[in-house]
Amino acid sequence: MHAIVQPSTKPLTSNPSTTIRSALQEPLWLKITLIAIALGFIFLFLCLPLLIVLFHAFAKGVGAYWEAILQPDTLAAIKLTLLTALVTVPANTLFGIAAAWAITRFEFRGKSLLTTLIDLPFSVSPVISGVIFVLLFGMQGYFGEWLRDHDIKIVFAIPGIILATLFVTFPFVARQLIPLMQEMGNEEEEAALSLGASSWKMFFKVTLPNIKWALLYGVLLCNARAMGEFGAVSVVSGHIRGLTNTLPLHVEVSYNDYQTVGAFASASILAGLAVVTLVLKTLLEWKQGNR
Amino acid sequence: MSIVLSDISKKFGDFCALDHINLEIPQGELLALLGPSGCGKTTLLRIIAGLERADTGKVLFNGQDMTDEDVRNRGIGFVFQHYALFRHMTVFDNVAFGLRFKPAKLRPSEAIIRKNVKELLALVHLDWLADRYPDQLSGGQRQRIALARALAVEPAVLLLDEPFGALDASVRKELRLWLRHLHQNLHVTTIFVTHDQEEAMEVASEIVVVNKGKVEQKGTPSKIYDEPHNDFVSRFVGQTNVFHLEKDDAHWLKSAGIVFDNPQGVTAHVRPHNISVEKQINGTESAIVLKDWQHLGAIIRLELVKDSANGAGKTIYAEMPNDAFRHSALKRGDKVSLFIKHAHWFN
Repeated sequence: MHAIVQPSTKPLTSNPSTTIRSALQEPLWLKITLIAIALGFIFLFLCLPLLIVLFHAFAKGVGAYWEAILQPDTLAAIKLTLLTALVTVPANTLFGIAAAWAITRFEFRGKSLLTTLIDLPFSVSPVISGVIFVLLFGMQGYFGEWLRDHDIKIVFAIPGIILATLFVTFPFVARQLIPLMQEMGNEEEEAALSLGASSWKMFFKVTLPNIKWALLYGVLLCNARAMGEFGAVSVVSGHIRGLTNTLPLHVEVSYNDYQTVGAFASASILAGLAVVTLVLKTLLEWKQGNR
Repeated sequence: MSIVLSDISKKFGDFCALDHINLEIPQGELLALLGPSGCGKTTLLRIIAGLERADTGKVLFNGQDMTDEDVRNRGIGFVFQHYALFRHMTVFDNVAFGLRFKPAKLRPSEAIIRKNVKELLALVHLDWLADRYPDQLSGGQRQRIALARALAVEPAVLLLDEPFGALDASVRKELRLWLRHLHQNLHVTTIFVTHDQEEAMEVASEIVVVNKGKVEQKGTPSKIYDEPHNDFVSRFVGQTNVFHLEKDDAHWLKSAGIVFDNPQGVTAHVRPHNISVEKQINGTESAIVLKDWQHLGAIIRLELVKDSANGAGKTIYAEMPNDAFRHSALKRGDKVSLFIKHAHWFN
């Protein structure tokens, strides 16, 4: 974290009779205007939508809200979303650690290519990544026939949703860890080895404690995206109610069916998740800064 | 433990870090690997430790081949240049690390670990810091904790990478002597890497001068200083004036006392303290002027300028004891005559 250091010395040319202010001080009216613009923007584009979601969710009362949430289709969507997160988050945590380790601790050919590839899901539109899986595993896809012969369903089924989510969320953990591990270097790990620790002990006693806050932060972001992913999942899911609809998809389907309360009730769960993520994220940042 | 390195080579890409190194280090030695930065000395230390693998060659500990042995099984203690203390552990836990993570069969009981760690902290005079975290310590304290941590596993070889590099001058001076005395008490074979010739001379009982991946000379500090094998060692260890037989004024060199009867090379290296300076009383044939002098404590360094034929003045450094200087009543701008007492010859 960089603190902004305000220059304490006055400009040499300043005339003592005029009011002296530091180079970074702006007039009051400018400060107020800038702050007002920032706050107004945040209110208009962040807070207002959130309030509208809640307003519509509870438009017909708390009873209607619960009824909408307890609908079998909504419950199924929640379950599928949780299942997806439960599979993809641990998998991408492991992958993220492995990738960060490989990139920061070893020298090998194609290292910069791997670093670039990790960012691929960030730069490709999620819809495209969904289409890739359809092209690979769909009926007309490369493996389509083989999969049909062996009675394995990937596209328009849960495996497809999980694959698409895995693809979209895989950079999060690695991206958090790589800069940190690069900065830390590997002397502490070498010290642990020279003192006779096994590789596992080295990892759990030295590496993990040093990266744990960044790791949790990455896991949190990964989880938020896994639960909220729409584009890629939308392409591979097939929108089968109660079967392959995740929460974000369920919101869309309900909305299109004019079930306003149902759509916004589901949306409020996602919004709540976002708020929880934000609070945890702030806490983690505070923890990291305090170390 | 005695160490033998035979024919060690290591390349990083096209860069040859170590070029067929052969070295024998007897048990109990306190040895300095001395060389300019990038000469391969740290790589050599890391190969001895097992943190790096050599491309060719063998590493023997007590005659036993350790070339492919893992760092964990070599029985070494390694002190890193930036200490590499575990930042999330207290000083006590740092020092106890090596004992706590021994295989179950060899692991001492927690009570013995406590006792050992306390003894080690007392050995480095820092027992009062046991509950602190590394970022609460000064550089010198971290250095000593790193050493205590390395000693906890009772290594047969202690390896230190630029142990005093990151410390300020006064702490460095104090720790150098402390390390030397610690070694005299523990008598564990110790190798440290440094680019500071003064540090090597002060601490080590034996110095290996390394340059461009090759061993230039191995010997005691006195041997290295008094009988440098080659041009590089002579320039790198201590100060030296270089005179070229062909380029410099041979007549002048002769008059300054350099013996030409049997020149063993084309360049003469002369240590500043091997030049005696006298104020010229009569005559003006000398072209050497005392330009400046600096007080270095017990000795005075004289900066002498000799006018050469082509105009560019050559600076010659000489040193004399403080009281001799006062006695000579030399002043800036005085014309002086020189006498060279001893020179090393190189090709």
